[in-house]
Amino acid sequence: MTSTENKYILLKGNEAIAMAAIRIGCDGYFGYPITPQSEVLETLCNEKPWETTGMVVLQAESELASINMVYAGGATGKRVMTSSSSPGVALMQEGITYMAGAEIPGVIVNVQRGGPGLGTIQPSQADYNQSTRGGGNGDYEVIVLAPASVQEMADFVETAFDLAFKYRTPVIILSDGIIGQMMEKVMLPPFKARKTAEEIATLYPWAATGRDMKRKNNIFTSLDLDQERHERHNIHLQQKYATIKEEEVRYEEIMTEDAEYLVVAFGSAARIAQKAIEDCRSEGIKVGLLRPITLWPFPTKRVAELAGQVKGILCAEINAGQMVQDIRLAVEGKTPVSHYGRMGGMVPTPEEIAEVIRKQLVQE
Amino acid sequence: MTKENIIDPQNIVYKKPSLMNDSPMHYCPGCSHGMVHKLVAEIIEEMQLTDKTIGICPVGCAVFAYNYLDIDWIEAAHGRAPACATAVKRLWPDHLVFTYQGDGDFACIGTAESIHAMNRGENIAIIFINNAIYGMTGGQMAPTTLMGMKTATCPYGRQADLHGYPLKMTELAANLEGTCYITRQSVHNVAAINRAKKAIRKAFENSLSGKGTSLVEIVSTCSAGWKLTPVEANKWMEKNMFPYYPLGDIKDTTIEKQ
Ligand SMILES: Cc1ncc(C[n+]2csc(CCOP(=O)(O)OP(=O)(O)O)c2C)c(N)n1
Repeated sequence: MTSTENKYILLKGNEAIAMAAIRIGCDGYFGYPITPQSEVLETLCNEKPWETTGMVVLQAESELASINMVYAGGATGKRVMTSSSSPGVALMQEGITYMAGAEIPGVIVNVQRGGPGLGTIQPSQADYNQSTRGGGNGDYEVIVLAPASVQEMADFVETAFDLAFKYRTPVIILSDGIIGQMMEKVMLPPFKARKTAEEIATLYPWAATGRDMKRKNNIFTSLDLDQERHERHNIHLQQKYATIKEEEVRYEEIMTEDAEYLVVAFGSAARIAQKAIEDCRSEGIKVGLLRPITLWPFPTKRVAELAGQVKGILCAEINAGQMVQDIRLAVEGKTPVSHYGRMGGMVPTPEEIAEVIRKQLVQE
Repeated sequence: MTKENIIDPQNIVYKKPSLMNDSPMHYCPGCSHGMVHKLVAEIIEEMQLTDKTIGICPVGCAVFAYNYLDIDWIEAAHGRAPACATAVKRLWPDHLVFTYQGDGDFACIGTAESIHAMNRGENIAIIFINNAIYGMTGGQMAPTTLMGMKTATCPYGRQADLHGYPLKMTELAANLEGTCYITRQSVHNVAAINRAKKAIRKAFENSLSGKGTSLVEIVSTCSAGWKLTPVEANKWMEKNMFPYYPLGDIKDTTIEKQ
């Protein structure tokens, strides 16, 4: 790759993830090939960052292994990530719940494809519930960022690591086969050095880096057989999640100020919905778009406020109706909420969504 | 008054390694885990490596190793310790990284992680406690359970047609290009303990010098799981385990390379 400082270049979403990871000082990537995200690992192997920044890149034997590599790498205070697509991320749930339990930071990219099972290699948003409802065993939440462009694929890598370390929690970047595969212009983040061992020791005194006799030993575990103490640990986790809900909700609004109707969509569906609402606006329909950027924590408050303003809400997503449940919980019956989605790797067109806005949302 | 005031240093003939704390151990009387823990603590102390050591403990009876040895620990999901150790060693290449795993952990649920970490030649040391049974969950059949041996899930004895054969992971590991030192030891008497200690120390040295993966299997007792007294368990192990799992070095490429 030639010099890319402060210049727009053309990249696939998957390539942008890899290039951004190298530049923001990521310490390690562990992954296993699966379509439609194999370019993340391929790009990293091509770039050979171990020769430049010192970043470790390893093709693991499975997603089970890669997420457990992220689990342990994160426990040592290193910025470590993995990426996969839906069936692989299903396999990773073991490691993600262990990370949540042991409070270990790390980043997981899911470039979703259609399911269930082996499904299809075409795009989908059907892992919304899995990502925003914990996904593995136990009471826990994972911060979920939903990029809607190649630029956001690049930008969210650092955001995800910052959040992961701020709260000592796993963070998922929930993308899909459209954004992973499409090419767009992107400005990559500026180069930042990886953290030195000394920086890790001061910034993350909790990390298991080898016990310096000045401190007590650091232990990472999610096990506690004393149920009272373990309940206290669970309460601590829930308090942390409450803080995240308070502080970290992110969303984007397009043409909502005067909106009489609202479309809510995330990720690639939001890109498609944006074109649909622009077309409807040109016909005089006052429709706006709310794009949740954090799927967990969900912009519940903002959806509730807008529910008081609009005559109806349409949730457009590339699944059978998953985020629509969070919208309904936020709206509490104040305004009608409907859903439009495609499944199994099929993607709605802007015209399809515009038709639903015209025929269903406005008519209701 | 401290222990040091009571006993003059010149009178000490035996002492607990300083990395081992005073927490009461949950291990059953006669269990090999306690002895191997002590060896690990002694070696890290003797090598003065506390600040460079990251231990990965398993799911199994040794899950609580972190309660007894005051080093940095990461407790892995069941079987994933070699994957965890892989990442830690690659991210901290000058550290001593070791896993401590039972047979269910290392040779059953974690077989893929074990084989691939060893085959990649990760510069880690694996301590593999083979007690031929699942201790922690109450004595079920392990991949290493001997033919005819009775456990909670093969109460009529292990049978080939029903359960397959006891897995010799250590011999299998010796066939992998990435391994440098493969040995099978035990801790049933003083001479064996001394040999096991040398083996673990060598494995730790190999991790530091980056020679590849070292595997130290410790053929162990599980008196509770075997339903024997500690003394009987040792005898049963000598009579039944050692013929199938013979002790000694199986592979050592570090000698040839010197
Ligand atoms: C995914 C998963 N499956 C099953 C268990 C239950 N479990 C805990 S320990 C164990 C077996 C441990 O046996 P071994 O590795 O031989 O160690 P030992 O207790 O004998 O030292 C099992 C099956 C678990 N904790 N996690």
